[in-house]
Amino acid sequence: MSAAGEAVRSAAPLQGLRTWWTMLSICLEERLVYRGDFALGTLMRFLPIVTQVFLWTAVFAATSRTDISGYTRNDIVAYYLLTMLTRAFSSMPGLAGGIARSIRDGSVKKFLVQPVNYVSFLLAARVAHKLVYYAVALVPFAGVFFFCRGYFPEPPDAVTVAAFVVALVLSFLLGFFMEATLGMLGFWFMEVSSIVFGYMLVQYLLSGHMFPIDLLAGVPSGVAGVSLADVVRWLPFEYTAYFPAAVWLGKVRGTQLVWSLAIEAGWVVAMAVACRVAWRRGVRRYSAFGG
Amino acid sequence: MHNTDPATAAADPVIRVEGLAKEYRVYDKPEGLAASIRGLFHRTSRVVEAVKGVDLEVGRGEFVALLGPNGAGKTTLLKLLSGIVTPSRGTARVLGHVPWERDDDFRRRFALVMGQRNQLWWDLPAAESFRLHQEIYRIEPARFQRTRDELVDMLDVRRLILQPVRELSLGERMKLELVAALLHEPEVLFLDEPTIGLDVVAQHTIHEFLRGVQQRRRMTVVLTTHYMKDVAALCERVVVITRGQILYDGSLAEIVDRFTTHKIVTLDFDEPPDQRRIEGFGFPCEVRGPQVILRIDRSRIADALPEILRTEGVRDVSVEDVPLEEIVAGLFRADRREAGAVGAAS
Repeated sequence: MSAAGEAVRSAAPLQGLRTWWTMLSICLEERLVYRGDFALGTLMRFLPIVTQVFLWTAVFAATSRTDISGYTRNDIVAYYLLTMLTRAFSSMPGLAGGIARSIRDGSVKKFLVQPVNYVSFLLAARVAHKLVYYAVALVPFAGVFFFCRGYFPEPPDAVTVAAFVVALVLSFLLGFFMEATLGMLGFWFMEVSSIVFGYMLVQYLLSGHMFPIDLLAGVPSGVAGVSLADVVRWLPFEYTAYFPAAVWLGKVRGTQLVWSLAIEAGWVVAMAVACRVAWRRGVRRYSAFGG
Repeated sequence: MHNTDPATAAADPVIRVEGLAKEYRVYDKPEGLAASIRGLFHRTSRVVEAVKGVDLEVGRGEFVALLGPNGAGKTTLLKLLSGIVTPSRGTARVLGHVPWERDDDFRRRFALVMGQRNQLWWDLPAAESFRLHQEIYRIEPARFQRTRDELVDMLDVRRLILQPVRELSLGERMKLELVAALLHEPEVLFLDEPTIGLDVVAQHTIHEFLRGVQQRRRMTVVLTTHYMKDVAALCERVVVITRGQILYDGSLAEIVDRFTTHKIVTLDFDEPPDQRRIEGFGFPCEVRGPQVILRIDRSRIADALPEILRTEGVRDVSVEDVPLEEIVAGLFRADRREAGAVGAAS
């Protein structure tokens, strides 16, 4: 290879980053065109929590216990509020459907013809989407958390906060790669909405969005000495809602925290690989079928 | 000007295709709910051969038109050459690369523009899409600016590049699509019906532009179209495809020469002429008021013209080739008849 070729090759990762940055900034501009009125929508998102809080209030009223699986009534409210925050990172509205649509209507062809990677493009678009969302949702989120500050325990130590932030960032990546992989199924199926619906259902049950996973600690899995919570720990779902919230509330500590972060990171890598494989195979099928 | 000399073209072939074929499996979906339910369990499929064994060589700087009726395989061929589709059989090299391997080095050297699909960002000004192209195609800033300004000025669209694309007309959008596609100075350009749905003025502007850029850069262009105006304005070489095969490959002049048997002679009279006298010429004719249009066999034109011109009251005369549309339509029709005969025999 020539010296010039070497220079190009060594500059490639930097170039890739620059390209990604440009994609991000253009996606940001595009999102800002349609910022819409997220603020009201964000407040509406908190409404289901009110029902949950009423339900749990009734549960606590019916029992003489002050805590259930280690959660006091205040913990429960704080937990649901925190899962709202994690889901603001991990949920990917429209991602899978959008990918499937681009396959159906053929706009995905652009990414076959141009020297640009579809998955990195989608990631840039999603980061932009989230950044704009946070900018708008910051005020309602801050308002709700301030209003409900009484339900929260004392803020955790710096290490826990750092672990929480890492868990949140990983939950974003995990949510992204899981949904992007589902979207890639559009190469095989005309419509992925029912697959996405099934995924959402499992996600709702096992992510901790519905109830804290600790409640499954006493539920046997069928294997002696292994609870359902232990099983769920090894699945990717709880890392998109339960895990970061549990870290903040101090439910996961020490070696268990390190282990869980490692499992989460492992799932991010696994799903990123799955996404890439699905893309490559999908494209092969697509171009064999006739584009 | 264009390079259509086959000897030179072969010496530096930018596109070389041998025995290229593409088959699709399509599923038949019969009508009705009951049939749809049956279809859940058992589907009947058949194989459609979109492209069957095409050989083609295109030299650097050629401007080639792919013509053919709908479903002839033009777009599939273009998709094969731009790497969107992998073939069932055969080989292809574009700029020395196998297109469907889609390596970035290849993808930085060509462009594909599809008339009905946009690569520009709908909600943003085209200038932003251009900026993205600068990045993904790794165009040096100085060069990017120079190329962009040149292209934008050629099409006179400078005032449009800061306006959101969705606010632009179809013609304006097409012009900006072309700018976006040419920013990285591709050596090969594939155009799929670039003037579809455009008005005459926009069509003309795009013709002028494409001719200008193509000549200046010595770019190789392959275009599919249904408008003979595109072909007449731009291409010296024409490849006619029907049912996935090349029916004709040669110069535009030759197609007219080979596939026309007669010329069109238009006579203008001072006043509507006597029908019988016109019929006396012995050629098929059409009378439109004071104008008479005759179709005269090419072999007889030299003999027939002096006699016709002696006719009283002829004010003006013009002799023209049969319009290209008609020739090509005739070619397609003849091919379809043949296909029908084959179908009936088997």
